[in-house]
Amino acid sequence: MGHIELSPTVAFSRRTVLKTSLVAGGGLMLGLRLPGLARGAEAAAVFVPNAFVKIEPSGTITLIMPNAEVGQGIFTSAAMLLAEELEVGLDQVQLQAAPPDLLRYTDPSLGDQATGGSASIRGDWMRLRQAGATARVMLITAAAKQWKVDPASCHAEHGAVLHTPTGRSLPYGAVAAAAATLPVPTDVPLKAPADFKLIGTNAKRLDTPSKVNGTAIYGIDAKLPGMKIGTVAISPVNGGKLASMNEAAARAIPGVRDVLKLDDIAVAVIGDHMWAAKQGLERLAVVWEGGPNRAVTTGSIIAAMDKASQSSGVVAKKEGDAEGAIKAAATSLSAIYELPFLSHAPMEPVNCLLHVRADGAEVWVGTQVPVRAQNAVAKMTGLKPETIVINNLYCGAAFGRRLDIDSIEIAAGFAKQVAYPVKLIWTREEDTQHDYYRPYYYDRVAAGLDSSGKLMGWTHRVTGSSVMARWAPSAFKNGLDPDAVEGAADTPYEVPATLVDYVRAEPEGLNTGWWRGVGPTHNVFVVESFVDELAAAAKQDPVAFRRAMLQKNPRALAVLSLAAEKAGWGTALPSGHGRGVEVQFAFGTYIATVMEVEVTRQGEILPRRAVVAVDCGTVVNPDTVRAQIEGGMILGLGTALYNEITLANGRVEQSNFHDYRTLRMNEAPKIEVYPIRNNEKPGGIGETGTVAAAPSLGNAIFAATGRRLRRLPFGNQLQAS
Amino acid sequence: MLRGLLLASTLLLAIPLAARADDSIVGKGEYLVRAADCVSCHTVPGGHLFAGGRAFVLPGMGTLYSSNITPDPKTGIGGYNDDDWVRMLWTGVARGGKHLYPAMPYASYTKLSRDDALAIKAYLFTLKPIEYTPPANAMKFPFNQRWGMVAWNLINVSDKRFEPDTTKSAAWNRGAYLVEALGHCGECHTPRNFMQALKSDKAYAGAKQQGWLAYNISGDKNAGIGGWTDAQLAEYLSTGKAPGRGPASGPMAEAVEYSLRYLTKDDVAAMVTYLRDRPAQPDGPPAVPATVAAAAAPDPMGAHLFNQACAGCHLPTGAGRQSPWAALGGAHTAGDVTGTNLVQVLAHGTQIETDQGLMFMHSFTGGYTDRELSFIANYTIGQMSGRQGQVTPQQIGAARGPDDHKPTDPPPQVVGMR
Amino acid sequence: MFSLSINGQTQQVDVPADMPLLWVLRDVLGMTGTKFGCGIAQCGACTVHLGGAAVRSCLLPVSGIGDQPIVTIEAVGDSPTGAKVQHAWLDKEVVQCGYCQSGQIMSATALLNQTPKPTDADIDSAMSGNICRCGTYVRIREAIHAAASA
Repeated sequence: MGHIELSPTVAFSRRTVLKTSLVAGGGLMLGLRLPGLARGAEAAAVFVPNAFVKIEPSGTITLIMPNAEVGQGIFTSAAMLLAEELEVGLDQVQLQAAPPDLLRYTDPSLGDQATGGSASIRGDWMRLRQAGATARVMLITAAAKQWKVDPASCHAEHGAVLHTPTGRSLPYGAVAAAAATLPVPTDVPLKAPADFKLIGTNAKRLDTPSKVNGTAIYGIDAKLPGMKIGTVAISPVNGGKLASMNEAAARAIPGVRDVLKLDDIAVAVIGDHMWAAKQGLERLAVVWEGGPNRAVTTGSIIAAMDKASQSSGVVAKKEGDAEGAIKAAATSLSAIYELPFLSHAPMEPVNCLLHVRADGAEVWVGTQVPVRAQNAVAKMTGLKPETIVINNLYCGAAFGRRLDIDSIEIAAGFAKQVAYPVKLIWTREEDTQHDYYRPYYYDRVAAGLDSSGKLMGWTHRVTGSSVMARWAPSAFKNGLDPDAVEGAADTPYEVPATLVDYVRAEPEGLNTGWWRGVGPTHNVFVVESFVDELAAAAKQDPVAFRRAMLQKNPRALAVLSLAAEKAGWGTALPSGHGRGVEVQFAFGTYIATVMEVEVTRQGEILPRRAVVAVDCGTVVNPDTVRAQIEGGMILGLGTALYNEITLANGRVEQSNFHDYRTLRMNEAPKIEVYPIRNNEKPGGIGETGTVAAAPSLGNAIFAATGRRLRRLPFGNQLQAS
Repeated sequence: MLRGLLLASTLLLAIPLAARADDSIVGKGEYLVRAADCVSCHTVPGGHLFAGGRAFVLPGMGTLYSSNITPDPKTGIGGYNDDDWVRMLWTGVARGGKHLYPAMPYASYTKLSRDDALAIKAYLFTLKPIEYTPPANAMKFPFNQRWGMVAWNLINVSDKRFEPDTTKSAAWNRGAYLVEALGHCGECHTPRNFMQALKSDKAYAGAKQQGWLAYNISGDKNAGIGGWTDAQLAEYLSTGKAPGRGPASGPMAEAVEYSLRYLTKDDVAAMVTYLRDRPAQPDGPPAVPATVAAAAAPDPMGAHLFNQACAGCHLPTGAGRQSPWAALGGAHTAGDVTGTNLVQVLAHGTQIETDQGLMFMHSFTGGYTDRELSFIANYTIGQMSGRQGQVTPQQIGAARGPDDHKPTDPPPQVVGMR
Repeated sequence: MFSLSINGQTQQVDVPADMPLLWVLRDVLGMTGTKFGCGIAQCGACTVHLGGAAVRSCLLPVSGIGDQPIVTIEAVGDSPTGAKVQHAWLDKEVVQCGYCQSGQIMSATALLNQTPKPTDADIDSAMSGNICRCGTYVRIREAIHAAASA
């Protein structure tokens, strides 16, 4: 077997070692040392003005990508931000995934080197343009020095410095060494939007060519000489222990090399190939003891949440006397909404290739959190983090799954037991049954309308697990999880009196984690469904009812009006069809969706058309915005229709795509995306379509049938039994 | 559930059959144990081979558990001498005088020669003794009265060895012995009377067993196997599928996996010779031509679902994608408008170990509703046979059972094969 | 020892008879363009061509292949249809995470080879066995139509 082959378009860091060194001029310079690259004089000739740009004398221009490419197109958009100010063409650059380094790559809005929360563009918008501009100014200065001309008489274009009066030009590579000796300027001015050449264009994605010919390297594709491949089995009941296994039977399979245990919570069979490992694991006939969670069922978890939700929680938002307003209202409504546990089920099952040596380790993995990955390997191996190299590869999607490092920890726990490099691959079944699941939410909402149908008071109690308390404890303050109430405590509507509170209720028997759309995927479903219920109670049109509460929110109003217009809101539909609307403000982006659904007489729910209006402020790549909304919507629809993780005897009951369904080609509705362009700050986009799916679908089902579904997934709830 | 099944099949593979394919009494016994398919009934999925404990639910009567036939003296057959053993196989009377229930096919085994019976014993006595007592039978009154078997045996069991028919060929007679005595094919494929005895006048007319329809395998051209070629029959018996006849599933897949595929070519040919000669019985769903005009107006929902869940293996046409075991053309199951076996396959999955590895289909009840699965079933019947399927969501619901997709703890006695 | 014809080259592999082609490609031959998604033929990520037909390599035992030629994503672009499909995929910017796209492209190419001008119903029928969790179906459909008229 060969070594790692890098994709032709996107080269990743190989054995990248970061060194900081004080250079002449007092600036702190980031030096990247690559294998085979000479140290000393030649290394100093590489121009690395900051954490994101590297230009070699050979002319190679490398842009360092602070975020993981999980399918959202961030490598291209981030490259566009850098290239815009650096004045290089996207065809002139190589991309490299950032190594773990909190100092340089912490996302400004997440406070961690992480890819999530639709935060990347918002975090990169200033820092990457600044990095590009700073480098450009230094390259121009270096060229001007060489020419002995005024830098102001020079400009940069397509990877070269030009002296306009004389027509001379120098490619960046030619001035890289000189630029590397210059002090790094601060406060470099950025381009005005009117001057953008790349930002705002439908630039072609840079990762795509390698993804249509099989050359792109995902974590699962990494190879090393002498590598073995293993697959794992983890106790099916959280907290269960290994009782027995038949090691001899597993070793009898040709190609099986090792049978490993990890603290009685997991076993792995390692072989020459995955087939040997899989066969060996089956033959291993592992028996588990259930442990304390062996009796947990989804029912027992929901019962506990119902009980917890009956006491008041930590206040997230209080304006006016909402409970009093509801009591005094002409009409009052209350409802319970429930959202299930969800698995992420990215197409690429979790996996990790490690080579653990006495003096360090090298790791090949697709992760949304490289520093956490590095620390996880350090924790499991006892090695110092700085001796652990993390090579972050393409992720075959993530949806939040790769924000947790459980699989990397387990893989490291096995890899440290063997001398050879080993790639651990979870089967789909193992991946589905040992996820960090989107929490179950059990929400109580109530509201009161006055006699004219105006909303007077609104209460919303969220009950559920706090992912934040585990994942980022410092953001969990005074018992309040800001994510659990995101989209509930900050609706786009104007309401006279509001009370939103949060009851933390941790489920027994499973772990919870981030799932695409996080808080808003949960809360916008509850809020927008209940607003629809209120519109019906007020006998008002759902769009008109919302408009009345959005009079002070022009951007929300604009997307709502645009979506309603484009969808033909109010025009006739065939019988059995219905339109539902939702409005959301999440991740800094305004979206309104009109969903059209057909519900058959037998109760099948068939989404037919989704019309989405979006205002995400300044747009870096409009086509990527469209793609993310289309794809996010389809993931959201499939999830809303079909997906729930359930437990029986403490075990997850679902295992693979035959019982954890995904929307398929012949179910996908038409999706139309209508952007509103402006120069507002950029908003996040990666999760917005997923957020929009369930509420718009639920409201469309109500419009089609008069049935209000308050529990996800909608699935067969309309089918006569 | 599937994991348990997979485990069972991989354990079964571990029987070192080839190593002892010799003429010794043990080698002969091993072949006969295969031909009689003892392991199928005497092993619980995921459990020790031949240690028993597999449950047989007899509607209205109760549940029987197969016995431990490893040579453990306390809990198995270790205490049997040759005469005890032969008497048990021939008459259904176990050591100590206890009457067996006829779920143990002694009505067929009574035709075995003494030599063959003792060869079987000789092989079983080479197994590692497993101390394991299967659960006690839970039969309702009056079926829990074992003395009742005395009368049943008098009426229904002839206690007579196989007698060759001298007017027929040697192959025919060998086939008869394999089919009637060892293979006990009629135990599933022949309907039973009110006493649960095989109806001799309806031999091989097909019967429902444990929720599955064992098809008519009489010589009838329409309802039976009269229309099959010799090559199709032989391939089906040896591999569990035949071109234009579809795959075996459920209990028949088990019979092929554990038993029939180990038989020699000559023995399979002999079985074909004998089966061909069974008097035609007109009962049961008619056979399906390999290619038919599909239902004129297929239900769009069925097509929609079939393309999502099924076409990955079976292709939208049902022709099968990568494996001949996935080719549904001509499958009897796809032409039975009641969908008896189709419902079982959808609700419980099916699998067969082959010379190309394990071929399997998952149960689809975890992700699809009863209504959706009924659409899939009727669409399949319409596409593959041109007939109008009559599968109802209620049928799927009944097959699914209240808890059928809930994983349970594996049986405690799971340990690998010797 | 099995002799396989892969992308026009003969490869000798010494593997168990029941080993699925997927793992032969990925772990023995180092051809990682073909992806593992489910292992039960429910997702289509492992789709390759066998004798010109789209098959799921995760459930295709190497002993069931014989001398039928295999084409994988690494070489599908060598055929005119495959090249058109890849081009349309780029043109319509179909790809998100890309992990399923090897399989999507193999299924789409097989469809177009058999049905050069597919209807939406043909696309539904041929492509509904290929899952995309990123949800690129809208563009896959557009790209197939585009490739058909290229």
